[in-house]
Amino acid sequence: MFGQLLSSLADGLLLGFVYGLAAMGLSLIWGVMTVINLAHGPVIALGMFTAYLLFTQAGVNPYLALLPVAVLGMALGLVIYGAAVHRVLNAPHLSTLLATFAVNMIIIGVGTAVFTTSPHNIDFSLGSFSLGPLTVPFTRVVAAFAALAATALLYLFLYFTRPGKAIRAVANNRMAAELMGISSTTMLALSFGLGTLLACLAGGLIATFFPFTILSGGPYELKSFVICVLGGLGNPLGALLGGLLLGGLEGLVPAFMPVSWVPVVEFGLFVLVLLLRPQGLLGAK
Amino acid sequence: MRRLLYLIGALAVAGLLAGAPASAATKNVVIGFTASQTGKLNVEAIRQINGLNLWIEQVNEAGGVKLPDGTVLKFQAKFYDDESKKERVQELYTKLINQDKADFLISPYSSGLADAAAVIAQQYNKILISAGAASDSTYKKGYTLIFQVYTPASRYLTGALDLLAKMDPAAKKLAVIHEKDKFSTDVVEALKKYAEGKGYQVALYEGYEPGTTDFAPFINKIPAGTDAILGGGHFADTSTFAKQLHEKGVKAKMVALLVAPPEPKFAELGEAAVGVIGPSQWEPLATTYNQETAQKLNLPFVGPSVAQFTQAYQTKYKEVPSYHSAGGYVAGLLLGEAIRQAGSTDTAKVKEALDKMDLLTFYGRIKFDTAKEHGLQIGHEMIYTQWQKDAQGKLVNQLVWPEAFKTADVQPYRVK
Repeated sequence: MFGQLLSSLADGLLLGFVYGLAAMGLSLIWGVMTVINLAHGPVIALGMFTAYLLFTQAGVNPYLALLPVAVLGMALGLVIYGAAVHRVLNAPHLSTLLATFAVNMIIIGVGTAVFTTSPHNIDFSLGSFSLGPLTVPFTRVVAAFAALAATALLYLFLYFTRPGKAIRAVANNRMAAELMGISSTTMLALSFGLGTLLACLAGGLIATFFPFTILSGGPYELKSFVICVLGGLGNPLGALLGGLLLGGLEGLVPAFMPVSWVPVVEFGLFVLVLLLRPQGLLGAK
Repeated sequence: MRRLLYLIGALAVAGLLAGAPASAATKNVVIGFTASQTGKLNVEAIRQINGLNLWIEQVNEAGGVKLPDGTVLKFQAKFYDDESKKERVQELYTKLINQDKADFLISPYSSGLADAAAVIAQQYNKILISAGAASDSTYKKGYTLIFQVYTPASRYLTGALDLLAKMDPAAKKLAVIHEKDKFSTDVVEALKKYAEGKGYQVALYEGYEPGTTDFAPFINKIPAGTDAILGGGHFADTSTFAKQLHEKGVKAKMVALLVAPPEPKFAELGEAAVGVIGPSQWEPLATTYNQETAQKLNLPFVGPSVAQFTQAYQTKYKEVPSYHSAGGYVAGLLLGEAIRQAGSTDTAKVKEALDKMDLLTFYGRIKFDTAKEHGLQIGHEMIYTQWQKDAQGKLVNQLVWPEAFKTADVQPYRVK
């Protein structure tokens, strides 16, 4: 029983880092421009497919592929921002929701036509290591570290670089930031790009251990919502913590009840947090 | 010169007019069906319609089916994409019957969708050959016009236990992890009953939601000392499950999973595919279904040989056929044969011919239950395949059970 619990918890926590990374993208976009990006899931899936294509067509190591995946993620974000988000930014929330939902449908539609919905798989393995009752695939460990590194880089960027500080200024008070000479459009586009970059990175990492289709981003998008609420919307560090919490929960719950109860517990918690601590565990930023 | 041309033209027209009544009347028979060209079932579903379309093409090329009154029947497919969704299926089958005037129906792929189509077919008094649907429950509803091509779900994995008993008579402990859909649930419920009857201990029995990608929570729950892991669901989830079983270094004498392992695409899993056993409706290697066997069983042999089917399919679609392809082809073949025997396209007469049918095809024996569970397949048998490495280290899908089809000895999944 103890061994089972331990390996279950380890699996959940390692995955939690990646959940956190995906949620961070959603959280950042919300925090800066109060837009809920409903294209988050398909963007994660595009990250998966970019890593897949680089691996299968050019033989690029999936971890090296993360670099082009990140570049593409940023570019994708800039395009989505320019095409769908910018013009409706100041319209009521429903407009941005619908705009990003439209992007979601477009990506899924094109993705289904190009890749079909049959699963794709990056046949890449680093083996597993065993430690007592634990057997953990190395890909999950590397993914956890990569997620951690991405979080650290994001933190450094937001707090110690000029554009990072500018993004925070725009998030804090767009009008005041403009008066200080910051181009809010550039910063908003940049932060949308950063958000999709993080989503794509998460996708690229997930692709190293789970098979995927163009629809595979959906569950991560849902989890991202829960995580954002747990950690506090707009708070990237909170997102990582929320991810870990959710991952840990996913590891813990199955040890005591049928696995199908996991979503019940997860979304039950979601409602509870909304009721009792709507600002999230770490507080919104 | 011009007059000569007119003359030739007139002669040609006269020749055409004279020729027409000489050849018997040709009638188009519309075969209606939906196919999951998109959605989660598209791999299997597309193979199935490929198989069916191949049959339609071949039977028409060979001159169609001739009725005793001289009418020649040509077949024509009419189909829509059901997006792997139940609601679409019922809507589209009603359309196929009412607007497209389909004479006969073939089911969509998967038990859930086929079950949805069956209701409509029965209501409108149309015969539906159910291909790609193994669930037993459809045949417990008192339908009279639904005929099943696949071995039913209740016999999908029971053979794996017979194989396990032969591999290791001491094996006792089983873990069953299955997709929570109609088909897989039917399979494991029958499996559990069969296992407990044989004295096996089902130590873990859990279902997962369709579309699951993370199986670690289930794998972590497999108790130590489990001899065999059985279950799975459809292609996408089952191949992920197999991959993660491998990564987690799970030890068991046998891993037998539904649907995915017999698919050639399963080999893309590489090392994770090695040792995985899968029940298959049909395999290109199972060449025992031939004229000779038919003679021994005193049954008629109908349709192409295994080699002829495999080759024709490969030439047309540039891929090795899987059992889903064979199922689609056979659905058409049986319908054609029933119409030929009935000498008519009348629903009642064709139904009678299907009820009486007992024959051998390249796909195996076909016989339908006409008693309690009308239309249930009782003639056809499952074959069990296992991915093994050949001398060059290449993955090959061997037949390991039943003995009559064996192309290699079964190997344990991973014991050390």
